[in-house]
Amino acid sequence: MQGNYLPMDVDSSQGRMGAYMRDHQDKVVGRWTELVVTGLRGRSSAVEVRREFDDLYSLVIRVMSGADEQAAGELRAVLAELSRSRARNGFSPRETALAVFALKDAVYELVTDATDLVPEYLVFSRIMDDLGLHTFEIYAAAREQIIADQAAAMLELSTPVIRLWEGIIAVPLVGTLDSARTQLVMEKLLETLVATGAEHAVLDITGVPTVDTEVAQHLLKTVSAVRLLGAECIISGIRPQVAQTIVALGIEFGDIATKATLADALLHALNRTGYQVGKA
Amino acid sequence: MERVPILKIGTTLFVSIQIDLQDESVVRLQEDLAEELAATGARGVIIDITAVEIVDSFIGRMLATIGSISRLFDAETVLVGMRPAVAITLTELGLSLRGVRTALNAEKGLALLNSTVNGTA
Repeated sequence: MQGNYLPMDVDSSQGRMGAYMRDHQDKVVGRWTELVVTGLRGRSSAVEVRREFDDLYSLVIRVMSGADEQAAGELRAVLAELSRSRARNGFSPRETALAVFALKDAVYELVTDATDLVPEYLVFSRIMDDLGLHTFEIYAAAREQIIADQAAAMLELSTPVIRLWEGIIAVPLVGTLDSARTQLVMEKLLETLVATGAEHAVLDITGVPTVDTEVAQHLLKTVSAVRLLGAECIISGIRPQVAQTIVALGIEFGDIATKATLADALLHALNRTGYQVGKA
Repeated sequence: MERVPILKIGTTLFVSIQIDLQDESVVRLQEDLAEELAATGARGVIIDITAVEIVDSFIGRMLATIGSISRLFDAETVLVGMRPAVAITLTELGLSLRGVRTALNAEKGLALLNSTVNGTA
């Protein structure tokens, strides 16, 4: 895709347009900056934007003059960097794309006075459209990257495995349990069981907002994997509403021990391990 | 085909699987174990799968079958040393190995056997 708008036969219309744009650099960049800064509603100063656009504009001229083969690549790289930083700083898609499309408007206003440049303007317009799309693509990719990073960070944050006592570990689950989370929780829990030799695991679901059939399925899977390793699983943190939903949905936890609070689960596990708990 | 050795220790048969499990070797193990259980009257079977990294549905099912066979000879089967990845695979396959007991390691498996055998005696 890259460079397909840059015909190797340097055609004269591009050259003329380039020369024309170079002659009116100050005026065009000024108007361009003005258009973009109004759209940004004071989030970037005119001076900053102007500095950015001066560089961009010289690159555009180099592309338009057609003499310079590297210019197109450079221009794309600079635009990619620009849209990436906009995506990271929370600019909207419109504000980002405007950075490119406003240049068209700025040049258009100028060209209306010089009617003989219309075909040249059309070529220029095509190039700018392509660059606009490129900017937008990079913007979308950068946003997706941010979302993916955040999801990964959240997954990591939300699954600590805690040692409660000799031979008893707990996993406080916070947030909705989907299959990706269940997989991660399961892996971490089982690895800890094997590493520590603990025989009791408490799954605390106080922080799980709703327990539907899918979440229950994930819980049951985890419990059954824990049992395969030879350890026992206790589910704790069942809130009154959650209990009602579980019964209403007809979910069967079978012979899995369920407790209201983490404290109850710990006591249960301690008793099973043979500890006597009481006041001195 | 590689064979899995069966060791008799007291009233317990000890099987440690140290090879990559092929379907044939598991079937052979099942046959050998049945013979051995009938011959020795062992009360417990410990199968150590610490070295097993991959299981499929067939092997999972055979492990459950071994449990049921042992039960017919009035012996308890304890599967010990299962790796997390193996446990996850078996769960995903929907195999919860109901007839088989499990323990984290051989020592705990032996303790479990002793407690159940003594409990029923």
